[in-house]
Amino acid sequence: MTKRFFSLRAMRRAVALAVLPMLALSACGDDSSDSSADTTPTSDLAGTTVTVYSGRSEELVKPFFDQFTAATGITVDVRYGDSGEMAALLITEGDASPADIFLSQDAGALGAVEDAGLFSEMTLSEIEDIDAAYRSASNSWTGVSGRVRVFVYNPELVPTAPTTIDELLDPKWSGKIGYAPTNASWQSFVTGLRVLRGEDGAREWLEGFAANKPKPYEKNGLVRDAVNAGEINLGLVNHYYLYEKIKNEGADAVVAKNQFAAAGDPGGLVNVAGVGIVSSSKNKAAAEALVKYMLSEEGQRYFADSTFEYPLVAGIAPASDLPELSTLNPPAIDLSDLKSIEETQELLASVGLLTK
Amino acid sequence: MNRKVRAPWAVMLPALFGAIITLLPLWYLVDQVVRSGWGAFSDEIFQDRTARLVVRSFLLTASVTIFSVVIGVFAAWITTMTSIRGRAVLLVLLSVPLAIPSYLSAFAWLSWQPGLSGFRGAVLVLTLACYPYVMLPVAAALRRVDPAQIEVARSLGSSTFDVIFRLALRQVRTAIVGGALLVALYVLSDFGAVAAMRYEVFTWVIYGAYRSGFNPSRAASLSMVLVLAAAVLVVLESRIRGRGSLARIGKGVARNIRWKTSLPTMAVLWLISALVIAAGVGVPVVSVIDWVQRDSATAVNAGLVFESIVTSFQIGLFTAIAATLIALPIGIGVVRFTSWPTRTIERSTYISHALPGIVVAISLVYAGVRLLRPVYQELPLLVLGQVVLFLPLAVASIRTSIEQSSVHLEEVSRSLGLGQMLTILKVTIPIALPGIAGGAALVMLATVKELPTTLLLRPTGTETLATSIWKYSTVTDYAAVGPYAVALMLLAAVPTAVLSAITIVKGRSHQS
Repeated sequence: MTKRFFSLRAMRRAVALAVLPMLALSACGDDSSDSSADTTPTSDLAGTTVTVYSGRSEELVKPFFDQFTAATGITVDVRYGDSGEMAALLITEGDASPADIFLSQDAGALGAVEDAGLFSEMTLSEIEDIDAAYRSASNSWTGVSGRVRVFVYNPELVPTAPTTIDELLDPKWSGKIGYAPTNASWQSFVTGLRVLRGEDGAREWLEGFAANKPKPYEKNGLVRDAVNAGEINLGLVNHYYLYEKIKNEGADAVVAKNQFAAAGDPGGLVNVAGVGIVSSSKNKAAAEALVKYMLSEEGQRYFADSTFEYPLVAGIAPASDLPELSTLNPPAIDLSDLKSIEETQELLASVGLLTK
Repeated sequence: MNRKVRAPWAVMLPALFGAIITLLPLWYLVDQVVRSGWGAFSDEIFQDRTARLVVRSFLLTASVTIFSVVIGVFAAWITTMTSIRGRAVLLVLLSVPLAIPSYLSAFAWLSWQPGLSGFRGAVLVLTLACYPYVMLPVAAALRRVDPAQIEVARSLGSSTFDVIFRLALRQVRTAIVGGALLVALYVLSDFGAVAAMRYEVFTWVIYGAYRSGFNPSRAASLSMVLVLAAAVLVVLESRIRGRGSLARIGKGVARNIRWKTSLPTMAVLWLISALVIAAGVGVPVVSVIDWVQRDSATAVNAGLVFESIVTSFQIGLFTAIAATLIALPIGIGVVRFTSWPTRTIERSTYISHALPGIVVAISLVYAGVRLLRPVYQELPLLVLGQVVLFLPLAVASIRTSIEQSSVHLEEVSRSLGLGQMLTILKVTIPIALPGIAGGAALVMLATVKELPTTLLLRPTGTETLATSIWKYSTVTDYAAVGPYAVALMLLAAVPTAVLSAITIVKGRSHQS
């Protein structure tokens, strides 16, 4: 009776069935690098593979990597994740990391990997074309594209938009400002505020801001949509969200406008997405080729035109009607000072702007 | 019932091996704490903020556990002990929230009721995600309550209230407490739902230490608090559950007894159940369907969705098989060869269940990149990570089903000359088979829904349903999230159906 349900032979078979596909699958995982064999090789690096840990989303950067592979014959294996988690992953892997390159959404994660001594210095001459403010002092990492914090506003409701963050504390804005409390760029702005005005100054502004009952949204894109729909008057977001909407829906459908902050105002913080070469990389030549491509005219244009971010290499113009980065006079901040995001989160929680 | 027989090595060694595997994260955490030194450790732990968040985590865990027990026991009661119509359908429907990841459910609720964020929202979403962990084992146990005892109690003049609370619920106490333990550990480790609800609890600082502090050793120190909390809960559960035989030893078979339910009562019970189902299943499903109908920036690629389904299914299946094989000797050891070593082994598998997925993932990265390089960022290490996280689901289910099967059958088998191991293979395991399958289904469900560990341990380039949902939700492309979310719920509905079917069949086989 029991034999029908269970026998030793059946158990052995079950174990074999369970184990075999796992072995087979793990074997398959290794031979993924010859898909580019038939593209025209442009250098002796063609046919090699670079492994990238990317904190930037696949939607955003996959076409770029495809473009790179087509141009160079170098295959790119990309692991996508959260920038911070990727930095923690690299730090945990230490010198055994399989990664060649770390592409991060913001400078803080790059600075942490640099501090752990896991980047090798880059000797590319192209790096010299990047403003010193947007790369690490030791050239362990460099910014690739920039984003600017702006006030996005609805001109039908707000004829003249504010240009400084202190104007936002005016009671006339009560309940009419939108922000994304959990968004990394918002938290970077607050970190910048702490650096520029000190802990007490930052707390004072945040308390005033909180007293004006700003409306929290889950994402920057939703803040922009709410402004465009007239649900709120203005919002604190990055500059490119507006252009994204114009691209998707056409200029006629978009009412909202960007207001850049006055010279030196903390509200106009510039942050970068950037890249570093992992020191344990066994394929540094191909890794350098990828960084070089990111800083090339083609690479910079990709980010400028498809994500509407600011190109950082001198002499390459931003997309459409964006004002030149050099004309914006953003607040002077060392990007490596933007690492203390945990303290920022603690401060935001204590003034009631992060949690409930 | 607990014979003083030492566990044979064929049980003891694999059980020990299983315990060592699940304690890998603990080894890593201790290693990190020792490296950073006592000073740094105490600085992290003894802070106002840490203390405040521990209190908030405790409040959330206690609330969700209590509500889950109330709803779970109530749902189990009406689907097994009343004569309400459509009991089987009701049990299946009430199990479906298991198929919905708590992070999806949180987003669904928030997109409908943005004002819900905070403590109330977190309690609501987590309770709806967790009560089936109580309902299923309690329903199975209620079906085994000896009707003879109830009849005796009634004939002696006990009120309905007394019969429910002093007799029936006492008999299923083990099932309630076991389910409650799983709920409490789940809530302690959850980040997805509390992050969406913006309710700050202890897991926030752990995730913050990785994502914003880029500091794995700080996260390790903080995780020790959860290890301690898990240890306390596990010991507490053993104390409450006590010891006692769950197997019927009398003559004849257990048969079910049902309350004659009047029509109005039935209507009220159906209404309450419908509310629970609407909240747990209706809201997320309607939201997801709404997402599917929105305009998408990316055209939905049916091929990619299908590929993700296959990958998720494979990982779920392998994890379920591996977890079941590892859990079997642990479950058999603790029930049939009860001793302090087998009890310690069984209890220790629960510890990692209280750790957030990212902590388990990072500890396996640490061990994997150094010791298991050939499988690093390959499927076997990912499966290992999921086994570490979800082994207790299999252990609990197997343990309960072996406890409920009488040891006498095994004694008969031994007396007829079958050896100890053969008796286990030919008698113990086949009788416990429904529980074993139930445990496997629970593990598969949990694995299919899991995100943080999958994200960090998956083979480069592999997309599961959960990672695809993550991928599109980070760029706010809800229309693209939709099809993956639908596919995930449908895929998870398969093991859910198996689970509820087992619960129903298990009862029925005793009614003949």
